[in-house]
Amino acid sequence: MSDATGRPRSVVVLGGGSEIGLAIARALAERGARAVVLAARRPEALEAPLAALRAAGAVAEAVPFDAEHIATHEAAVGRAFERARALGGDVDVAVVAFGLLDDQRTIDESPERAGRVAVVNYAGAVSSGLAAAQRMRAQGHGTLVVISSMAGQRPRPSNVPYASAKAGLDAFADGLGEALRGTGVRVMTVRPGMVRTRMTAGIARQPLAVSPERVAADVLRGLDRGARVVWTPRAMVLIAAAIRWAPRALFRIVARSR
Amino acid sequence: MFDRQTASAPERLTGWGRTAPSVATVVRVRSAADTGAALASAGVRGATARGLGRSYGDAAQNGGGTVLDCTCREAAPGAGDLAAIDAIDAARGTIAVGGGASLQAIQRAVLPNGWTLPVLPGTWHVTAGGAIASDVHGKSHHVDGSFGAHVEAFTLALPGATGDAGEVREVSRASDPALFDATTGGMGLTGVIVAATLRLAPVETRFVRFDSRRTPDLDATMRALVEGDAGHRYSVAWIDLAGSRGRGIVSTADHARLDDLPAPLRDARLDAPERRLAGRPIPRPAVPPIVPVNLVTRVAVRWFNEAWFRRPEARGVLQPLAAYLAPLDAVRGWNRLYGPRGLIQYQFALPRGEEAELRAIVEAIAGAPAVPALAVLKRFGPGRDAPLSFPIEGWTLAVDFPAVPSLGPFLDRLDRRVAAAGGRVYLAKDARMRAEMVPLMYPRIREWRETRARVDPRGVLTSDLDRRLQLTAATMGGAP
Repeated sequence: MSDATGRPRSVVVLGGGSEIGLAIARALAERGARAVVLAARRPEALEAPLAALRAAGAVAEAVPFDAEHIATHEAAVGRAFERARALGGDVDVAVVAFGLLDDQRTIDESPERAGRVAVVNYAGAVSSGLAAAQRMRAQGHGTLVVISSMAGQRPRPSNVPYASAKAGLDAFADGLGEALRGTGVRVMTVRPGMVRTRMTAGIARQPLAVSPERVAADVLRGLDRGARVVWTPRAMVLIAAAIRWAPRALFRIVARSR
Repeated sequence: MFDRQTASAPERLTGWGRTAPSVATVVRVRSAADTGAALASAGVRGATARGLGRSYGDAAQNGGGTVLDCTCREAAPGAGDLAAIDAIDAARGTIAVGGGASLQAIQRAVLPNGWTLPVLPGTWHVTAGGAIASDVHGKSHHVDGSFGAHVEAFTLALPGATGDAGEVREVSRASDPALFDATTGGMGLTGVIVAATLRLAPVETRFVRFDSRRTPDLDATMRALVEGDAGHRYSVAWIDLAGSRGRGIVSTADHARLDDLPAPLRDARLDAPERRLAGRPIPRPAVPPIVPVNLVTRVAVRWFNEAWFRRPEARGVLQPLAAYLAPLDAVRGWNRLYGPRGLIQYQFALPRGEEAELRAIVEAIAGAPAVPALAVLKRFGPGRDAPLSFPIEGWTLAVDFPAVPSLGPFLDRLDRRVAAAGGRVYLAKDARMRAEMVPLMYPRIREWRETRARVDPRGVLTSDLDRRLQLTAATMGGAP
């Protein structure tokens, strides 16, 4: 478990190249985390983020992890946890941070690529999240942070595969958290609205867009108070309710205007 | 999704501070043989002992592993009972008890016979085993030293070298001095203390006579403690760090003699008459089981401290030993006042001669990012020659804070100052220190590790505290 002041020992980020994942890792390193392991498709490309984590005071290392290939997840997550434990002790926080958002027109023309979006955002998160949860269960403590999305609240024509996969992921995180009750392991679902990252660079700005650092700050606050769900920014909870419960005719007007 | 049909139920455990929970398999043990067997069959995450859960931090937790509940809550009569309290050996002035017997139960057995444990901490809801493992101290430290100084011998249950069977070993100062010393203050990591022989001190009554005196600032408080120690068995200072920077109330006391008691009390000089209401014993007041928010706020503490400071001074007031030495025991679950986030108690000791640094640290604590709710200052007499025993000759300050994240960096800075001044933090209270501070504060940790490795070569005995502070293993990681 994190210590009495909420300082974790080791942190594992699945999807270590994700800007949200990195921002959370940096924030936890600044909080005093001893070790951070970034599990990413191209660990060799993470020299700069690793240097930033070291500058924040943590021991940091990158290990290979491919979100798309679920058959490799158990072994890859196991390695990430082993390294983290060797560098900093028990893993107090693991973040399922990876996500794939493809260009909608490309997806419309390629069912295979649409399927890939579903595999990475949902199936990959299920298998790697479960592998992480099992390891935390063996420790008797830990928090699994699952980066879901506001988009999962109600798919729009412009993001159907991504939004539906995130909806599935959101349901998985909620159910996993319930299944883990009494084991000492908690699951925290994070539902960001629009986050300004490389992934969303081509998409028109939406209201209440936030930076990855803002998401990280909200995640830390959520960890401190033991939250089950974190909306970031907080006002998203109201917008989500409006979108979810809006009559379809009204929702169509709003969804198409974007 | 996960199978819930397991033989022993997992339990979520925290220390008294109610921070940093973890889930472990709790095994209730009743005898030395039980304990040895449970240790021998512990899994890869090892095992630790738990008594009444009064360590503030994670000393009696072992996430993912085994926790041995040594308190025998379902009373089991018979030999080898961990909660046993034997007859007093009046000739030698000793008593043999089980490791799970509480100090309160022991006091109830010995006080009516004119004896007391010489060292009693601020709560009597601790087990004899826990008192030895933390080498606890009390308001008489300048006279009596710590708990371990009055232990003649104890029995340890050990996991054994092979994993086939546990081992039970008698340890006295003479038979294995290194193991004896490593166990007093060893936080339960050198074996589970299943029985102990404790020395007692004679008393004429169950009362103390105490004086209290207001002091306007820290210097006056410290001077009054120095003066008080010279003439009294018990001394302690409450200090106000929320509304001032060290004004306080210094209290001194001695065991009351028979002549000190007014006639009506003489009949009950040793036996406390049980107070009853409508035929039933009056229950202790309790904080409700769930307090949704922290009630110990800055405003509340300031008001309380102001009122407390203005209480009239006491002169020769008679008070039962328990009420004087363990006043907070009167309120069940007072730790729940701090709400769901819990509390952190920061207790450190500084060697004699570091008074200037003590003043500077007190000054810093008065400006801490969380309100210093309850602060207690005491002078220590000479420490024991045991590697992880906390008390060293000088000063100790204990401060309760509501647990908030911003305390992390603040207390880290205090740790460094304390270590630089040759002081240390009390492991039984700690819930947040970083591992690298341990060798600086407890330089004999290497020697302690060697002794421990000799009795637990497989490294079965471990705890959340051990993993966090790397007490048993110098390298990160260790056992999975």
